[in-house]
Amino acid sequence: MSAFNAIGEEREIDRDEFTPGNEPQPTWCPGCGDFGVLKALKQALPEVGRNPEEVLTVTGIGCSGKLNSYLDSYGFHTIHGRSLPVARAAKLANPELEVVAAGGDGDGYGIGGNHLIHTARENHDMTYIVFNNEVFGLTKGQTSPTSPKGHKSKTQPSGSAKTPIRPLSQSLNAGAGYIARTAAVNPNQAKEIIKEAIEYDGFAHIDFLTQCPTWNKDAKQYVPYIDIQESDDYEHDTTDREEAARMMFETENKLYEGEVLTGRYYVDDESPSYQAEKTALGEMPDEPLVERYFDDDYEWERSYDLLERHK
Amino acid sequence: MTDDELIWRIAGGSGDGIDSTSQNFAKALMRSGLDIFTHRHYPSRIRGGHTYVEIRAAGHEVQSRGDGYNFLLALGDSFARNPKEEAVYGDEEIKPLSENLDELREGGVIVYDSGLLEEDDVAELDLDERAEENDWHVFPINLRGMAKEHGREVMRNTAGVGVTAALLEMDLEHIENLMTDAMSGDVLEANLSILRDAYKMAQEEYEFEHDVRAPTGEHDEEQVLVSGSNAIAYGAIDEGCRFIAGYPMTPWTDVFTIMTQNLPKMGGISEQVEDEIAAAALAVGASHAGAKAMSGSSGGGFALMSEPLGLAEMTETPLVLVESMRAGPSTGMPTKPEQADLEHVLYTSQGDSQRVVFAPGNIEEAYDQTRMAFHVAYEYQIPTILIYDQKLSGENKNVDESFFDREPNPTLGSTLTEEELKEAAHEASGKFMRFQSDPDETENGVSPRSLPGQKGGRYLASGNEHWPSGHIAEDPDNRVLQMDRRKRKIESIRRELDEEHDSQQTYFGDEDADLGIITWGSQQGTVEEAVERLNDNGHSVKGIGVSDMMPFPEGEMTEFLESVDEALVVEMNASAQFRGLLQKELGRYGPKLTSMLKYNGNPFEPGEIVEGFEIRLGGDSAEPTAQVRFEPAAGD
Repeated sequence: MSAFNAIGEEREIDRDEFTPGNEPQPTWCPGCGDFGVLKALKQALPEVGRNPEEVLTVTGIGCSGKLNSYLDSYGFHTIHGRSLPVARAAKLANPELEVVAAGGDGDGYGIGGNHLIHTARENHDMTYIVFNNEVFGLTKGQTSPTSPKGHKSKTQPSGSAKTPIRPLSQSLNAGAGYIARTAAVNPNQAKEIIKEAIEYDGFAHIDFLTQCPTWNKDAKQYVPYIDIQESDDYEHDTTDREEAARMMFETENKLYEGEVLTGRYYVDDESPSYQAEKTALGEMPDEPLVERYFDDDYEWERSYDLLERHK
Repeated sequence: MTDDELIWRIAGGSGDGIDSTSQNFAKALMRSGLDIFTHRHYPSRIRGGHTYVEIRAAGHEVQSRGDGYNFLLALGDSFARNPKEEAVYGDEEIKPLSENLDELREGGVIVYDSGLLEEDDVAELDLDERAEENDWHVFPINLRGMAKEHGREVMRNTAGVGVTAALLEMDLEHIENLMTDAMSGDVLEANLSILRDAYKMAQEEYEFEHDVRAPTGEHDEEQVLVSGSNAIAYGAIDEGCRFIAGYPMTPWTDVFTIMTQNLPKMGGISEQVEDEIAAAALAVGASHAGAKAMSGSSGGGFALMSEPLGLAEMTETPLVLVESMRAGPSTGMPTKPEQADLEHVLYTSQGDSQRVVFAPGNIEEAYDQTRMAFHVAYEYQIPTILIYDQKLSGENKNVDESFFDREPNPTLGSTLTEEELKEAAHEASGKFMRFQSDPDETENGVSPRSLPGQKGGRYLASGNEHWPSGHIAEDPDNRVLQMDRRKRKIESIRRELDEEHDSQQTYFGDEDADLGIITWGSQQGTVEEAVERLNDNGHSVKGIGVSDMMPFPEGEMTEFLESVDEALVVEMNASAQFRGLLQKELGRYGPKLTSMLKYNGNPFEPGEIVEGFEIRLGGDSAEPTAQVRFEPAAGD
């Protein structure tokens, strides 16, 4: 019998199960886009049959980092920029967990940028949601890696001279298997994208546009959102890497030109996930590593067995 | 200096096979019934440059590299020239001979490769004159030529071993057997024939006027030759560690490599990742999900681990890190040992951060204390660090095979099963109290954890201060309760170490002595040998090798310091870090302590400590050797 009975338990799951009882109410500002992520995630998880105890959400620091304070599952609120390596390892140790990592644009594209490149290139089977509001929120409004060129803040008083990062193109180049952008103002699409990402067997990167009503009043919540899957003007084959690259390049330019395109850009339906690659190489255990610690009959190999070559 | 021992030094350029040759020769000596201790010295480059390995072999137990050596096999540096012999890189070629003569003992033997070293260069060393002065026996032999005759120039190592065996009057059998184990086909045949020819040639052509011979013993099949890095990896494996994440850095790479080569075969996981922050964060993630996990690095990489270290402490995630010190600051001397990261390891990370730090003093302790580090980490949900150095990492010693014949301990410590979770502390709403802080319920500071995926145990682990449920909290009363509980763990660990285990400190020498030597980490064996020698010389000295850095063994150290009038504190750094720790914990004994420091990239030799003791505490008025510095007692 498994030591993790919550995993794969089949039952009707009410989305309220993901809402903590007497626990803190969100401290996000009124009108914050982060509410949109929380809501979409709470809706998506039960719809794909995940119960709160088989889900591990791993967050970084910032307003986004509080996501798992308000979502009642197993949660790990880590440190600034480090959610991905923590999440990756939890998934390797117990591949049956549903691992969802989340962070902000400062957390995920700034301080944690290096981890994103490597998690994407390894194509770990997990979902990564980046709350992108183009500004540092919790530290009070500084310029972030996605702030547009010319963005003025207390730390860039003359306006930023830096080109904003293109996170989705970067993840595509790195090797992520599923790439999408959605927005808090587009709740139905957001839920569908999260569901797809969770069910995708590989690294799913969602750039989630979340307006910041306090520090970034110019944010794009007021401009038209175009769902590329719904619009004939933007048709492309999402499984074609080159087309996806062109599409992403175009949309990442438009992101700062008053027109916001959202939707699914790329789905690699051929490349195996990292776990699958590692299994093929014989470098993953046959069953979840963690189960072994609860198996009284398991024969643990000892260093004594390795001494032959030291004689 | 004892004469019933062989200290064989093989010197050459990095990449010339010095390491593998010495490893095999050490095994052959072990198989012939001797106790072995090896010491490795190498430059921070891949090919060429002066490198040597010493093998000390004796009929009695050996704890250190010893003083100097008595047999030099100088191979020359084949990488001093580029392949087409168009350029010569300075005077590298002669270094295996020139750099090593100062430490060769009187009456010692020199074999050098006259096929690789130019006659003119050798003449410049005044070798004949120095040989006469020191009664050295010099054998210039064209090892390179001999190897060429057999088809492969690189086999000059084997020729050198053959000559060595003849000059030391060793039985060739053990060496032949080792070669047969390690190679096959043409390569084996060529090596065996060159070995035998070299052996025969030396026997026939030379008169053996030297006194150096290999000591003899009975082949003990129970002996295994292991390094400090082997011992750490094996301790981790036996304690059920099946997850490691790392980033390569000398000398930590050895442990990482050994684990990586074994774990996947045992159903474990090894990950080489983008940097050391990620490496330690992965270990935290795997441990959080329920695996026994470790990571590690050397000083520079460990600096990056300071963040995940604090996270593990605040979230009470069990974590074992190993830190293999090398000379710093910054990149320092990457391949040279030093003990200068103690304060770094004890105090890094923000806040009132606390962790457990053990510093094993030899290979057996490296195994035992790695196991203890896992035990403590998982029982007390706290990061533990095993601090050691390049010396302990790379040295080899023979150990009884039965030493490793222990039961594995694959338990997750204070982790609940789903059954136990049903009974665990819950609030009315049914929420699991992961960070229960009631002092009555958590006397030893530990509040048992659940694992993601378990029924009835969901909680939030946060690097922010949190309520017992795990949710973020800034409430002052809760803060004090949680902080006090985490602090209680250190006290409980100290209590457990004192009451339930034999001391991790090692005592040696004359129990009734009024003078002492204190050391920590890899210098322990060397000090042990020095103390033995001092007592043989008529002094009365006791010694202690301290392994518990945090929690500090206050009781044991008080007892030791009370019992002596004065003590020498021996460590390999410039700022007397361990003595600083002693004074922080037990400041009143400061006036009793004199530091003896060495930080030139080479570990202490026992003779230096004997001399240092005699100068500072033994009434000798001589000047110390230039490589050692004293720092007087407080108030001196």
